[in-house]
Amino acid sequence: MREAATPWERLRQVLVTVGPGGLWLVLFVLIPTLVMLVASLMSRGSLGQLVPPLGLHNYVRFFSDPLFIEIIGRSLWIGFWSTVLIMLLGYPLAFYIAQSRYKEVLLLLVVIPFFTNFLIRVYAWIVVFQKEGLLNGLITAFGLPPLELLPSTFAVYVATVYTYLPFFVLPLYAAVERIDWSQLEAAYDLGARPIRAFWEAIFPQTVPGLFAGFLLVFIPAVGTFVIADLLGGGKVILVGNLIQLQFGSAQNWAFGSAVSMVLMAMVLLGLWLYARTQGEKGLDRLV
Amino acid sequence: MGPTLFRSRRERKLGEHIAVRLEGVTKRFGDQKAVEDVNLEVRDGEFFSLLGPSGCGKTTLLRMIAGFETPDEGRVIIGGRDMTQVPPYLRPVNTVFQNYALFPHMTVEQNIAFGLRMKKMPRDEIARRVQWALELINLPGYEKRRPDQMSGGQRQRIALARALVNEPEVLLLDEPLSALDLKLRQELRVDLMNLQERLGITFIFVTHDQEEALVMSDRIAVMNKGRIEQLGPTEEIYELPQTAFVARFIGDSNLIPAQAIEPRKVKTALGEFVLDDEDALTPGQEVLLSIRPEKIRLFREKPNLPNVFRARVDDIIYTGSENQYVLVAGGQRLMCETLNHDIQEPGHEEFAYDEEVWVALTPEKLVVIQGGSEGSNPYA
Repeated sequence: MREAATPWERLRQVLVTVGPGGLWLVLFVLIPTLVMLVASLMSRGSLGQLVPPLGLHNYVRFFSDPLFIEIIGRSLWIGFWSTVLIMLLGYPLAFYIAQSRYKEVLLLLVVIPFFTNFLIRVYAWIVVFQKEGLLNGLITAFGLPPLELLPSTFAVYVATVYTYLPFFVLPLYAAVERIDWSQLEAAYDLGARPIRAFWEAIFPQTVPGLFAGFLLVFIPAVGTFVIADLLGGGKVILVGNLIQLQFGSAQNWAFGSAVSMVLMAMVLLGLWLYARTQGEKGLDRLV
Repeated sequence: MGPTLFRSRRERKLGEHIAVRLEGVTKRFGDQKAVEDVNLEVRDGEFFSLLGPSGCGKTTLLRMIAGFETPDEGRVIIGGRDMTQVPPYLRPVNTVFQNYALFPHMTVEQNIAFGLRMKKMPRDEIARRVQWALELINLPGYEKRRPDQMSGGQRQRIALARALVNEPEVLLLDEPLSALDLKLRQELRVDLMNLQERLGITFIFVTHDQEEALVMSDRIAVMNKGRIEQLGPTEEIYELPQTAFVARFIGDSNLIPAQAIEPRKVKTALGEFVLDDEDALTPGQEVLLSIRPEKIRLFREKPNLPNVFRARVDDIIYTGSENQYVLVAGGQRLMCETLNHDIQEPGHEEFAYDEEVWVALTPEKLVVIQGGSEGSNPYA
């Protein structure tokens, strides 16, 4: 490297190389997070505005109320199991698409739902699940009694899986598509039976895609509120609904910020634990 | 892999046992016959090549020996056991793939150890054998590298070690050198031959490169359109092609249509030629005469030899070590190669464009291809 650059020159070098990306991160990640952090430490004024005093009272309120703990617990629970269901459906689907002769068409089918607004797609499930809806029409046609499907946790699960499945399939497909299938034959050739061969030769190569897909699905699934709102009615309150409520009708931005911070902290904690157990390799995969 | 020079293939003694036997093997993909009624025996310790243009069925045949494809008809017998229906993971063979097919998420060490691990071999034994294999391919110290950190030639050798460490009865090689550049390919040829000699493992080698097959093999099966055109020792394939296809595909060949007028005499557009004592034709029979470009002799003065005719030098191609003359005579073009000796003597002279020369075709070097089968042109 060149010797004896003046401090100004060096600053310029830094700005030119990491400047644009850094600026982006500062503007759209760091500053909003700091704003929210400060807001979470403030209080609600009589008109719903943010006022001092600063303190940890919002966090104390959150963690001392079992109702809030239950809400975040339920969110993580539903988010986790939705993600598991999505992985079980999406993993074979990605392989099926990757080896299909019609993969362009199948990929298009996966992406097509995005052409329609998310809210409208959730409303569509109401048409399916409501008392005189499509599903009950089918059930009663067989002479069975209609089901009470709205509002229900079941409906929330179905819509969550439906909504986020593409977010899992697409990154995984990208990983699967790159796999050289002669490696599977190489594994057979070296004495591995089919399941073992898949597990040793192919599966590890899908782990980065699997993890990317997991993150892309789990984080929004935990934070969703529209699905729970429309299909869960008052029965299923998730942390997303809680936050929305605070920023909306309750007009308590300070508490809403605090709940958001807790949610973010939990996700980061999960990532940190993953990175710890997997070592640097795990972090590499993440990025 | 030391500098030991490889003994001439002619001196090699092969085992009496049959390592692989194919009996009437046929494979169809849809209504396309990829392999049709192939019968062959590969002997223990033999370096056997399947040679042919792309799409001739050689790779499909290899994949049936490996167990990746099941023949529609016929049997695959390996080491005396019928393995037609045995899955690849239970066959005593290993494969070196054309694109190496190394596991990218494993280190060199883990790649080589894979087969041994599947056999549930104790750890210290695996470590010992991996070391042995790395020394065998001359890459000790590379244990912890990953395939993407290695060059093409190194990856090829790791693929070789990964297969050989399992001590297979037969090693199957699917165009293992085709992705490498010429210099490396020539080096690896010698390495492969030495390795095979040292380990005594039967090699079945698929290639479309006739030079590769000629250099390395004990015997060659030339394939075309799913069938074996000719099977025999390397020299026989080159010296005595039985079909026009083989004559054209292996090296260059001049093919001259001829009609027998006596058992050992034919009539061609170039004149009447006498043949070798071993040939016996029925008068009137249509045949093809094949002669290699390097076996045609050219003279400035008319030599006192049989089968002599006049020709004109139409083109001269200088390749460094050789002068190639394109000759025209009797409406036919002939290729002739002479070594660039710098020695001017009869039979080794240099000629100029448009010069009229005397051409001599030695009867022993004229190969008769019977049936007049035009065969198919591999370059068409």
